[in-house]
Amino acid sequence: MATLNSRIPEGSLGEKWTNHKNSIRLVNPANKRNIDIIIVGTGLAGSSAAASFAEMGYNVKAFCFQDSPRRAHSIAAQGGINAAKNYQNDGDSTYRLFYDTIKGGDYRSREANVYRLAEVSANIIDQCVAQGVPFARDYGGLLDNRSFGGVLVSRTFYAKGQTGQQLLLGAYSALSRQISKGKVQMYNRHEMMDVVLVDGQCRGIIARNLVTGEIERHGAHAVVLASGGYGNVFYLSTNAMGSNGSAAWKAHRKGAYFANPCFTQIHPTCIPVSGDYQSKLTLMSESLRNDGRIWVPKKKEHVEAIRNGSMRPENLAEEDRDYYLERRYPSFGNLVPRDVASRAAKERCDEGFGVNKTGEAVFLDFSSAIMRYGKTEANVQGVKNPSEAQMQKMGEDVVRAKYGNLFEMYEKITDDNPYQTPMKIYPAVHYTMGGLWVDYNLMTNVPGLYATGESNFSDHGANRLGASALMQGLADGYFVIPYTVGEYLADDIRTGPINTNTPEFEVAEKEVKDRIKGFLNSNGKTPVDEFHRRLGRIMWDKCGMARNEQGLKSAISEIQALREEFYRDVKVPGRAEEFNPELEKAGRVADFMELGELMCRDALERNESCGGHFREEYQTEEGEALRDDENYAYVAAWEYTGMPAEAKLHKEELVFENVELKQRSYK
Amino acid sequence: MNLTLKIWRQAGPSVIGKMETYKVSDISPDMSFLEMMDVLNDQLIRDGKDPVAFDHDCREGICGMCSMYINGQAHGPNRGTTTCQLHMRSFKDGDTIYIEPWRAAAFPVIKDLSVDRSSFDRIIQAGGYVSVNTSGNTQDANAIPVPKENADKAFDAATCIGCGACVATCTNSSAMLFVSAKVSQLALLPQGDPERELRVLRMVEQMDKEGFGNCSNTGACEVECPKGISLENIARMNREYLRASVTSE
Ligand SMILES: Cc1cc2nc3c(=O)[nH]c(=O)nc-3n(C[C@H](O)[C@H](O)[C@H](O)COP(=O)(O)OP(=O)(O)OC[C@H]3O[C@@H](n4cnc5c(N)ncnc54)[C@H](O)[C@@H]3O)c2cc1C
Ligand code: SF4
Ligand code: FES
Repeated sequence: MATLNSRIPEGSLGEKWTNHKNSIRLVNPANKRNIDIIIVGTGLAGSSAAASFAEMGYNVKAFCFQDSPRRAHSIAAQGGINAAKNYQNDGDSTYRLFYDTIKGGDYRSREANVYRLAEVSANIIDQCVAQGVPFARDYGGLLDNRSFGGVLVSRTFYAKGQTGQQLLLGAYSALSRQISKGKVQMYNRHEMMDVVLVDGQCRGIIARNLVTGEIERHGAHAVVLASGGYGNVFYLSTNAMGSNGSAAWKAHRKGAYFANPCFTQIHPTCIPVSGDYQSKLTLMSESLRNDGRIWVPKKKEHVEAIRNGSMRPENLAEEDRDYYLERRYPSFGNLVPRDVASRAAKERCDEGFGVNKTGEAVFLDFSSAIMRYGKTEANVQGVKNPSEAQMQKMGEDVVRAKYGNLFEMYEKITDDNPYQTPMKIYPAVHYTMGGLWVDYNLMTNVPGLYATGESNFSDHGANRLGASALMQGLADGYFVIPYTVGEYLADDIRTGPINTNTPEFEVAEKEVKDRIKGFLNSNGKTPVDEFHRRLGRIMWDKCGMARNEQGLKSAISEIQALREEFYRDVKVPGRAEEFNPELEKAGRVADFMELGELMCRDALERNESCGGHFREEYQTEEGEALRDDENYAYVAAWEYTGMPAEAKLHKEELVFENVELKQRSYK
Repeated sequence: MNLTLKIWRQAGPSVIGKMETYKVSDISPDMSFLEMMDVLNDQLIRDGKDPVAFDHDCREGICGMCSMYINGQAHGPNRGTTTCQLHMRSFKDGDTIYIEPWRAAAFPVIKDLSVDRSSFDRIIQAGGYVSVNTSGNTQDANAIPVPKENADKAFDAATCIGCGACVATCTNSSAMLFVSAKVSQLALLPQGDPERELRVLRMVEQMDKEGFGNCSNTGACEVECPKGISLENIARMNREYLRASVTSE
């Protein structure tokens, strides 16, 4: 059995990263020219790593399935990015960011990794500003901040509701610069189909050119997966249509352990499902909870009246509203962490207080914020005794400047004007904390194979705090992996180019081709999407916001049956040697059907509730998550054995030397 | 709703394409345009026919991947809206809808409604960046204050999603709006200043090389741009270009 060595450096928490960087072996510049690195993915994690490696002198090949690296799903991130800059002088520090992240993750992440993340966070902002990322600024020309859930300081940097776009375009510009120098070869519209191992080391990938259908071999001394999260296993999520778990899953099948797969984040504020045809869900950024108040009516008769349209929510009297987050969690109020806010919404809706036709929606209301801002603006502009309408107008302008694009997005989808009437929102799948197991150097247990960004499991434990994924992606790519990869590559300076004319590449290529043939030759009748929808339904009902033993067991057998039906009855049109989006989907959905099963297995194994993983059997009297630190303070790292439900569990014990494990309280 | 769709079908880059007619029924006004296309494709697959290929990913108006020319307008009838954000409530029961790909020499068709926009990437590669390494040794982010007005203008320009609707709309297939958005963003910020001249010269040179046409100031691009990128950016780029041409001589 391979052992799980997390390679956490010696020393006190504050010294580990510095010591480690000083002791990592270096590859001299001349030798870097003889070393090739493959990066799968060009989101924040991939683009930043590709640019950094190329600047250091390595030869880089980068891959993405979209038509341009700029379109990776990081582009859609809205609210912001955290950094312990303490520009607001509100007591923020590296330690506080570290502590908030560990606590927010419900004590299921590694101290050393999280501390390093907090340490490099400030540098990220410097780097991005130097690249020309237009963050929001105040009238003095300095950078502005906002707050996110689960914290009591203001450390989130933002660019309206388009922070991910601006950060990704920054990383994309750094990448483009290296492409123009010939240091990065960019493969757009290419999908990684498998990783190739030679003598136990990862030495390359098999890729499919999505335009021509050609299957290609690419060799390298190290392979970095930055392929994003697997939230689309639920079919409906805030991820992009193409977001997938296949790259990570292929690595898993080749020996890489998959860690904490059941840790998924259900985001509390998304636009509710409107019909069966729904293809994706849209996030309304957490930043809105800075100014929006969440409520449902106190009385069922009002719920009824709102549902049937006989009453407008804005006309319901203040005393008839239940601001349930403010009621239950007076100290954090609307800014409790995501898992807590989502469960609270579900609880109200399960009790029959949901405010739309399906009963699965709550209000997010900006009227008090609009009035408050309106009043201040009136003062600033010297308007004496402003009328309600004037204040509403001025307040709307302030809110527009902060969140305009989000309000527009909402209106386009729902045809409702959120300046006038509260938004309707409901929790939706958003992010996956689980992912490939990696050590402190971000290397999986397969030598030479790395995972960064959302595709690894490393920093967020059982629940990610808002604005921390962008931080992690860029930390991994700009500041961590460029150094840590040297430790491994220092042994490769004499290896020479990786030969792809070997039996290992041949076998891997054949497997990929056979699988494609299998899909195309299946004589079924049912389109891929239908299977994906059905899988999503099982996952959402039984491995979603609340889980229990019986449900998880039945989910496993239902998924196995669905998979069997898929291979018998799927219809994939077209040919292998052409642009064929249905074929791409078939491969991804086939992998999701295995990954989903492993998620259920993991959830079944973890007999506790923590963060986003809520097992109904384990809760406090008030319905809060009940952790079991004695038995479950570990990372569950699964080894593939052929059947996902029979995967083998390896445990990495989590040792907490710097924080005391407590029940999370946001009251 | 019941609709008739006239859709451009083209099997590959070098094959001649043509419009084909399809019918879809029971379309809900709350569906997005692309969800309506999903319904059509589901139907085609079940009938043993080839589904319509089209580009899309985020389906929330930010990745810039979707790109349909609907009833003679890039991204369809609504202003400030990408194809994926367009909803069927903008159409009427019984409508006939014409759906075509972006058409421009610099955007060759890959299949059906999907085109190759890598020319945009090459323009950015020519100079759409600040030459700073990712070393982590840059100065503190607040060392240089940026006047809010400039920061806001730079941001507005930077919201371009690289969709190409401006090119598809322009009678000359000019890429001026796209290129000027990036040139403006970086010209408005102190970080972009040192490379200002070189950047605009190189990006314009690459734009010409890719076969995009000239700008004749009709302003159609601004109207169809889903992100409302302003024509002011083109004016700014022209000034930048002039300034750079003078200094480089
Ligand atoms: C709507 C939304 C809003 C968000 N808002 C925030 C926020 O405000 N703050 C925050 O911190 N986080 C936010 N997040 C989370 C954050 O955006 C993501 O976790 C993060 O951007 C992931 O970055 P990444 O680089 O790991 O992956 P991605 O950006 O998803 O990139 C994945 C890359 O991998 C490529 N790829 C995948 N599979 C393959 C394959 N098989 N072959 C080739 N290429 C492949 C893709 O082409 C793509 O380039 C948000 C997420 C969503 C969905
Ligand atoms: S300028 Fe507008 S239309 Fe042109 S690529 Fe950018 S966002 Fe699209
Ligand atoms: S699909 Fe991303 S902008 Fe339309």
